[in-house]
Amino acid sequence: MSVRYLSCGDTAFTVEFGNEISPEINGRVMALHAAIGRAREAGDLTGVVETVPTMRSLMVTYDPLAASRADLQPRIDMLIARGLPTGMASRRVTLPCCYDDAEFAPDLAEVAERTKKTVEQVIAAHLASPFKVYVLGFMPGLAYVAGLDRSLYLPRRAQPRVRVPRSSVAIAMDMTTIYPFESPGGWHLIGRTPLWMFDKRREQPVFLAPGDSLSFQRVDRKTFDRIAHDVEAGTFDWIKLVNAP
Amino acid sequence: MSAALKVVRAGLFDTLQDLGRTGFMAFGMPTAGAMDRVALTLANALVSNPANTAGLEIGVMGPDLLVEADSVHVALVGPLSPALVEGPDTPPKPIESDRSHLLKRGQTLRLGMVEGSSTAYLAIAGGFALAPFMGSLSTYPRAGVGGFEGRKLAAGDALPLARDHAAPGDDRKLAAPFDYGRGPVRIVWGPQEEYFTDTGRRTFVEADYRVSKEADRMGIRFEGPAIEHAVSVAKGGADIISDGIAPGAIQVPGTGLPIVLLADRQTVGGYPKIATVASVDLPRLGRLLPGQTVRFRAVSVEDAEKLRREQEALLVRAIADFKVARPPGGIDLARLYEENLIDGVVFAHTKA
Repeated sequence: MSVRYLSCGDTAFTVEFGNEISPEINGRVMALHAAIGRAREAGDLTGVVETVPTMRSLMVTYDPLAASRADLQPRIDMLIARGLPTGMASRRVTLPCCYDDAEFAPDLAEVAERTKKTVEQVIAAHLASPFKVYVLGFMPGLAYVAGLDRSLYLPRRAQPRVRVPRSSVAIAMDMTTIYPFESPGGWHLIGRTPLWMFDKRREQPVFLAPGDSLSFQRVDRKTFDRIAHDVEAGTFDWIKLVNAP
Repeated sequence: MSAALKVVRAGLFDTLQDLGRTGFMAFGMPTAGAMDRVALTLANALVSNPANTAGLEIGVMGPDLLVEADSVHVALVGPLSPALVEGPDTPPKPIESDRSHLLKRGQTLRLGMVEGSSTAYLAIAGGFALAPFMGSLSTYPRAGVGGFEGRKLAAGDALPLARDHAAPGDDRKLAAPFDYGRGPVRIVWGPQEEYFTDTGRRTFVEADYRVSKEADRMGIRFEGPAIEHAVSVAKGGADIISDGIAPGAIQVPGTGLPIVLLADRQTVGGYPKIATVASVDLPRLGRLLPGQTVRFRAVSVEDAEKLRREQEALLVRAIADFKVARPPGGIDLARLYEENLIDGVVFAHTKA
């Protein structure tokens, strides 16, 4: 599989692995992201500032005062030629989600009606979906999480909401997401997590990372409130959401 | 009492910015940072700060700042009208831009409109005593992070300073205004130039584009002739699978009108990007005002890198060429030394 190098001025270039969304292509993107990270930790690739993985490409940013595109591109080519591991181990993350409150899930009934399911079947399909975090972007901590059960496929809402509450769990197309801030949004709201996807008090303010495998665990309103209290107080133990790969 | 600059009156859009927050784009965190990297670097150099020290970026209209420290060196870069210093018992007195000034406790710096540019900078010797967020003091208000409480300054804010009194030394000034260059804004084609017809690409580099009113730290929407997509917008010609957005990326949505994405741009996006502004000209973009027009001209990646290195050399030279700014009626010590008027004293001391 060949890659294309796309110019992004004199401070970045994009390594494009394909023009479609597939787990295999994204696996190579994440593998190159990791390989460049390791090379930089070893003191190689001077001048590279950071890498930005997306569904099918990796943007490499650099300081033109410390390196040039002509230096860097062959080195990236070499990393790719050496072989990028596929099927890399990823973190497995489980997020609590409360579906059982009309305030949290205003679109659940409509989603059920449009997908010809019962509300419980919609929840079950969401819980059973093998989700994977592909990209974070649009706003800090907003994750594009693909892998939604195909039976729940719906386009975005025709009329986006002006205010979607923070931590809303939403679906659209073949994806799910969790809103890190209160913001406008056009996805279908089917639940809410008591967690904050962006918490500036934490050393690593963004919890999810590209490449994470993700699933949801259903919690009732009482459990939601208890976790929400701990998150608010900054005493919640985030580590227990992550299983070793 | 700890040292501070107190905001007596807020300006329109004043935020603390350094050279940007790098390393977290993969988590969706925009870099933010100074819109005009050159001006912030010069302001910092005038007060002997490292280039990446956070300064105050003044957007449109500046604030009034009361000095609550024994003394502090500050540097102003960019045209402010007016820029005044007022004491508790002394009337407002105009001060020059593009130089540093020694301010004393109780004095107030009164900054008016930024003229002929959208931004001006105020650097403080020693910088602010604020904790960086993700390694940077750049303010990103959308997420409420960085700078002072993650937001633009408001009346009543007390910005804590790292130093309580100024280090000894003369004030300094630029020998000449920095030359940002003129003529068309240099761009590099890509990453998605093939999403546009030959005609569309020609329109982009041959037409004048005017800065619309929708211009802020996130980006500038331009007005002018529409750029033709290769595939009709109805058939998805203005959609790509989202990819990374570099500083200066020029996206062209279905309207065909270019949007240049700047400091507070989102990290990824789904519109095709016809070209990217060469980094040498990003400070010029960061200074543009609504109504001004620009033209774009394509250069190669290699040329863009070379232009940036040349600009860096100019910047280094401008800093090496700083002149001592003599206070009116005061003694210019550095100049006395330079002209060897007291050389004998130094010589005698060395011998003994």
